[in-house]
Amino acid sequence: MAKKTTEQAGGGRGPTARMKERDVATQKKILALAEEIAQRSLKGREPIVEIPTRTKSNTIWNKKKGILEMGGATAERPLFDLKTAKQFMQTMLHASTIKDLIDAQKTSSLRGVFYKAKHTVAGTKENTFDTQDESDPILEDLEVALGALREELHVFAENRGSMVGNITIVDKGDEIDCRRMGSGGYALPSIVEPDIIQFKKCEAKFVLHVEKGTVWNRFNEDRFWEKNNCILTHGAGQPPRGCRRLLQRLNQELKLPIICVLDNDPWGHYIYSVIKQGSISLAFESTRLAIPDAKFLGIRAKDFRECGLDDAVKIDLTDNDIKRAKEIAAYPWFEAHRGWQKEINALLSNGFKMEVESLITKDISYVTETYVPERLKARDWLE
Amino acid sequence: MESAVKERSAQGGTKRRGATAEEMSARQKEVSVSEFFVKNRHLLGFDNARKALLTTVKEAVDNSLDACEEAGIMPDIAVIIEDLEPKRPATAKQSRYRVTIVDNGPGIVRKQVENIFGRLLYGSKFHRLKMSRGQQGIGISAAGMNGLITTGRPMLIYTKPNAKQPAHHIELAMNTKTNRAEVTLDKETKDFPPERLRGLSAGTKQLSQEGVFLSPEVFATGTSVSIELEGKYQKGRGSVDEFLELTAIANPHARIVFVPPSRVAQDEVDDLLPGTSAAAAEESKTKADAPAQTTETGGVTVYPRGVAELPPETKEIQPHPKGIELGILLQMLKDYEASEKGSLYDFLQTRFCRVSASTASKFCSAIGATSRTKAGDVEPQQVEKLFKVFEDEKLAPPPTDCLAPIGVRQLLAGLLKGVKAEFYAASTREAAVYRGRPFQIEAAIAFGGDLPGDQAARVIRFANRVPLLFQQSACSSFKAVEETPWKNYAMQQPRGSLPVGPLVVMIHMASVWVPFTSESKEAIADYDEIRKEMRLALMECGRKLGTYLRKRQKMRREGERRDVFERYIGEIAKALNAITGEDARRIYDALLEQARRKTAVADQQLDEDGKVVKDDDEDDFGEGVIVVESAIAPVESAAPIAPPVFDAPNAKAASTAKADKNAKMAKDARPAKPAKAVKSEPAAKPEPAIVTKKDLSSRASTEPKPAPKKKPFSDDDPRLF
Repeated sequence: MAKKTTEQAGGGRGPTARMKERDVATQKKILALAEEIAQRSLKGREPIVEIPTRTKSNTIWNKKKGILEMGGATAERPLFDLKTAKQFMQTMLHASTIKDLIDAQKTSSLRGVFYKAKHTVAGTKENTFDTQDESDPILEDLEVALGALREELHVFAENRGSMVGNITIVDKGDEIDCRRMGSGGYALPSIVEPDIIQFKKCEAKFVLHVEKGTVWNRFNEDRFWEKNNCILTHGAGQPPRGCRRLLQRLNQELKLPIICVLDNDPWGHYIYSVIKQGSISLAFESTRLAIPDAKFLGIRAKDFRECGLDDAVKIDLTDNDIKRAKEIAAYPWFEAHRGWQKEINALLSNGFKMEVESLITKDISYVTETYVPERLKARDWLE
Repeated sequence: MESAVKERSAQGGTKRRGATAEEMSARQKEVSVSEFFVKNRHLLGFDNARKALLTTVKEAVDNSLDACEEAGIMPDIAVIIEDLEPKRPATAKQSRYRVTIVDNGPGIVRKQVENIFGRLLYGSKFHRLKMSRGQQGIGISAAGMNGLITTGRPMLIYTKPNAKQPAHHIELAMNTKTNRAEVTLDKETKDFPPERLRGLSAGTKQLSQEGVFLSPEVFATGTSVSIELEGKYQKGRGSVDEFLELTAIANPHARIVFVPPSRVAQDEVDDLLPGTSAAAAEESKTKADAPAQTTETGGVTVYPRGVAELPPETKEIQPHPKGIELGILLQMLKDYEASEKGSLYDFLQTRFCRVSASTASKFCSAIGATSRTKAGDVEPQQVEKLFKVFEDEKLAPPPTDCLAPIGVRQLLAGLLKGVKAEFYAASTREAAVYRGRPFQIEAAIAFGGDLPGDQAARVIRFANRVPLLFQQSACSSFKAVEETPWKNYAMQQPRGSLPVGPLVVMIHMASVWVPFTSESKEAIADYDEIRKEMRLALMECGRKLGTYLRKRQKMRREGERRDVFERYIGEIAKALNAITGEDARRIYDALLEQARRKTAVADQQLDEDGKVVKDDDEDDFGEGVIVVESAIAPVESAAPIAPPVFDAPNAKAASTAKADKNAKMAKDARPAKPAKAVKSEPAAKPEPAIVTKKDLSSRASTEPKPAPKKKPFSDDDPRLF
């Protein structure tokens, strides 16, 4: 891992040679995009941005690699079309904003970028952006259109998710011992690339990823990671890019298996699917994010009977849940997987879903002291 | 009504209260209709002072219009309200008024005057099936009675049935005990139309001179009725003004001159229809321009004639067998026997419509009678059977020449006169039948223009050309408006209620007998057949409105298209300049040219006559539609988009007049550098530019700049991008 980056990473301290190189490349891409549009305009040709489409239809399931990849389809975003005129303008504004950010060697949050580009269109009462919901997708468009990653654009998202465990890391030069993180854990930043975060010392044998903070707290309080020599993470529901990227790096660089404990419902299955193969909207990043050998430990549909749970833990499946479950069952990577077909069918025939917390009805620490250790020992998981 | 006339006889077994049947019988006596209505004036529309004034005007105007039309005279009607207590304190709730209505109708022969004005339930209209405004023969005599009760003053009548002979001048008061008139003055006079009225005010004097007001030539025959009453004159909803205005809309063939009292009650608006006075105020200001527009002279309002011909004369019809009731059938037989002593066969043919000779003999044999059976010999059971046969027999619907709808053209003319909108549509349905009575529904709508856009639509209702001002929500027409799927016609409509938007909906029901919910004739009863016809008429208008609105939206979108592009290309030019250093002005101009080219279509339509739907589009809406192009709201809000101001170091002569305009219009305009070739520069003030945009780059003006291609930025050069 990078050795010298420690005190130079990040804004304000002067770019490293490597970062400079990266930024120059990004600037070139932005300039090329803008230059082409400017020239088209001056020559009286219609200005168009071409943006690879981030839709299901343009997502390809790479069976060999076991990840979702983005296809080659692109969508044209012409200026002179009422549907896309505003987006075109917004794309240009953000391109300019990002150029400024890189010039200034600063990073900005998604919200910061939104505010920077938000102003009233000259001579009107209309805002360039009304809400951040308009702004974020434009940034993603730029990522794919430029073929540059978010961090390369100097943009980051909020911290989300936590980590504790038998590992020491270096984050922007600060050494962080994840064994001594108290009850809150190490907050996962949105950019965890090797030039920001390096792994220093790791004894852990695997990573246990749980769905949300409350469950994570249970495991942390019971010192699960200590007793089982592992790393414990959560991603506050659908894990953000930072969390997924870190898990992937732990998996690829340290060869740690990633074992997930998620709810027994379509949402839990979907989170697993995203961790494992990537998502449609971020298919272009799958090679950096997907963890094809991630494992799904639970909660399993069979657990209601096997663990002897109380009727009270059942939550009826809604119509939407059923629809969602069927969609997930039809994902190509699940469709060909007999274990998953069985699992989803079991969920549907149960007619109810269960949260991880349902195991608490047995005993407050049942999940950390009995359930997970037993399953781990039996290697009882889905892949 | 008849049932109400007699008090219920007391039943036996009341002895323990100490009154014997004999004692009670002494107190049991007939109640005259007049007495009944004295106690129940609200049934006739005299519930309060304000409404009493309106009802008085309404009854008299209805009678005048009916009389004129029946006589084939183009109606010319003067409505004069005099305030008899002009010096009353401002706090007075009501005042005494003298209401005078003068018409140029046929006049009334002397011997009928007492009956017509002095008796309730006396008239020509109750017993016949003919379309007319009055129906029961209550109206004008009730108004006189109300005046008598509130002021003690008799009715003052001038009538001139013969152009060559003097007029009658009669004062009469009704004796409510006997339901008969008592005449207190009866003489002949040459003073018709009364000279006094012409000299009432400066306005009346001027109009008299112009021959518009009570000219003796026009009023060769006619009638003038004056009633004094306690009332309250106020503008707004449910006012005399509204009534006359709507009457003018539904009767474009009539000319009405209104002389209002000198004082208007200014205190709180009656809560007859709260929250609507704004609409009325809007209404009053719409009276302007256009040939047949309402005018005002010295406080006197003239509602001019909109069309030059009378509505077609309506025929009286016999009842239709389907609509008859058993009791009425029995009564008819009795009457027939008394008067004609003819056969049942003849009775059926002459006293009903749509009963042919063969149908009549079929009816006769169906109840076991022959064609020679006397009407008087028909047994009650047979009558009952006949009634059933009527129900089962298939008969042609009643004739419809008894109806005189206002007509699409006249409806539009009327609405144009009274409502300032941009789109008008009208439709007249074919005649239909309820309970054996023919009726015909007409609807018209006015949309846009000056109408208030954020309120529920206004519904104006007419029955036989008489505006209905009260009890809107009880009226069948109101329900029909609510039931119409306005959403399909590009209007907003909260579930189950009136559409919201700049819309006036007008519904007219013409019938030989309009089923009112009460004697005061304020709402049409809710018969399914009637409501259905209303809904269909509204839908017809609605479809036209929908076509128009969608077309307008499309036009608007076209116009907006270019605005959108023009709006954004300024931003784009700045952004591209910031990234590439390419000159923003050049990019802007190049893009603007493209935008203009792409939206050339919209340009054409806009340039023609300023954001207006073209004439050749009108055919699409179908018949019965008027689009007032000048009333259409501008395509976009008044402020045009100020093109962005570029700091233009390289601004060539390209900055033409357009650039000057920019400099003037753009708020945050910074002056172009004086050295550059910008014409008429003085317009721009030599003040430092104010950079309004909060911009990271301007904040961090010390940050290292990329090497721009053309011109480096410097820190003391604040710019917009």
